[in-house]
Amino acid sequence: MAGQETTTSAAPVDTGRDAYLQNKVTRRRAIGPGLGTFLVFAVLVGLGALIFPSSYFYRVGTLVWINTLAVTGIVVLLGYVGLVSLGHAGFFTIGAYTTAILPNYGVPSPLAMLSGVLLAGLLALVVGRPILKLSGYYLAIATLGLGMLIWMVLSKEAWLTGGPDGMTVSGMNARNLFKMVGLNLKSAEAWYWVAGFTAAIGAAIAVNLAGSPSGRSLRAIHDSDVAARSLGIDVARAKSRAFVISALYAAVAGGLLALANGYITPETGGFMHSVEMVTMAVLGGPPRCSARWSAP
Amino acid sequence: MSELLQFLVSGVTVGAIYAAIALGFTLIYNASGVVNFAQGEFVVIGGMTAAALIGAGVPVWIAAPLAVIAGMLVGVALYRLAIRPAREAPLVSLIIITIGASIFLRGAMQAVFDKQIHRYDGFSGDAPLRVGGATILPQSLWIIGGSIAVFAFLAWFLNRTRAGRGIRATASNRMAAALVGINTGRAMNLSFALSAAIGALAGVLATPVTFTSYDVGVLMALKGFSATMLGGVGSPLGALAGGLLIGLIEAMTAGYISSDYKDASAFVVILLVLFLRPQGLFGARITERV
Repeated sequence: MAGQETTTSAAPVDTGRDAYLQNKVTRRRAIGPGLGTFLVFAVLVGLGALIFPSSYFYRVGTLVWINTLAVTGIVVLLGYVGLVSLGHAGFFTIGAYTTAILPNYGVPSPLAMLSGVLLAGLLALVVGRPILKLSGYYLAIATLGLGMLIWMVLSKEAWLTGGPDGMTVSGMNARNLFKMVGLNLKSAEAWYWVAGFTAAIGAAIAVNLAGSPSGRSLRAIHDSDVAARSLGIDVARAKSRAFVISALYAAVAGGLLALANGYITPETGGFMHSVEMVTMAVLGGPPRCSARWSAP
Repeated sequence: MSELLQFLVSGVTVGAIYAAIALGFTLIYNASGVVNFAQGEFVVIGGMTAAALIGAGVPVWIAAPLAVIAGMLVGVALYRLAIRPAREAPLVSLIIITIGASIFLRGAMQAVFDKQIHRYDGFSGDAPLRVGGATILPQSLWIIGGSIAVFAFLAWFLNRTRAGRGIRATASNRMAAALVGINTGRAMNLSFALSAAIGALAGVLATPVTFTSYDVGVLMALKGFSATMLGGVGSPLGALAGGLLIGLIEAMTAGYISSDYKDASAFVVILLVLFLRPQGLFGARITERV
């Protein structure tokens, strides 16, 4: 998937018409791989559903797709830009807990999940600037510290989060979603389809991003900060954007996990979960979105 | 007043443990450029081995050196089996390798020892001493003395001995060191062995006060880490000062703010240091080569 957009940098173009044509070609290519990825994922999700014999498999399948989603975010950060984060479980768990907590105050689940995702994105935006000035080990440790702080708050504030025991997530069941269109599925199956669909969209967006101008500037930073800056790329901004995007992915995955499991514990925000996420990304090979096979 | 004194005493005790861990970090980082996330595991190995031996009836003065030697062996094994084969690996891989090693060691300890929380009696008994309204355990004095001794030993070893100067030469430029005839492989082995021994010693000394179990390593490593960051990566003096400061900050947080967030203070410190003064208190300014 990675090699397809490199061919467009042809010889210099001198007429406006050629420039227009080339632009058009580039744009079409940029849409192509994303759609392709979506279809590949759709087939995989469908295949899973064909061969799964019981609810248990659907449950594991759901976890696979949720992990895929979270890891896709890491791939954007680690694979595209080359930034190591050991704190992404923090964003994951913010997504999860917001989805779990807000329904207790009368907010409907989808809205709760959305606000969790926004909250994680906002936090990433705010802390991203100072944190992303660091690189290498320093960045890894700063994100680790951030993740630990989020985890500690969640496990200590028992009045809100149930503390170390975790809390149940009330609210939505994906079954009802399918009932509306007349399909009657078991809830494990329903969540499987929702998670698979979300993962497919997430992967398609990530692949599209890789080919887009902003994705290319990210990969330029991967090779060299200084070279990228000398090409006129706003490095701090691009890094911050990648950080926010990967936090959003993690938060969506967290929200989905909360809803699909109906139960959430601070463990999901622990240091080990951050490490797992990075490990899965590295196992899958950072520059590619193929980390999906890393099961939970 | 006596309350503050008490917090100071316990802060310095815990801080001395963090300082020892930070010194171990610094040693490995200086020699190999690797941040060893498995450093906390050395502490646990020291504590658990000593606890198991003492539990089996071995006297303390035999059990303690044996535990330190056990830690040392694990340190060398870590270098030979995990770090050396991946010397040219990118940063992410090195991070994951040392984290993986720490997970493995944790699992191994669970199998070799058990999941219980262990402690043994302090080296000079457990009767607290009274100092100006505060009480201090004799073991605290052992811990503080131990850290200072480790620091003094390292200063002497790295500056005055042939082997120590070999480590420093290897740290500053491996190829140049090899060219002037320093056995860089031996220097690396030595620095991992020393670092692990320091960690294990910290564990042996600390266990009567802080207790130990197979899974305390992560938190220990992270605290030692923030100490290293605070003091300035690569500076032994910084490691000592950073450790003591983190211990004091933690004790004050627990005493005056909330004991729930005692552990959080170390991470707040990490973030503040990284934002405001990434080179730490005693570290040289970092300039990165393009």
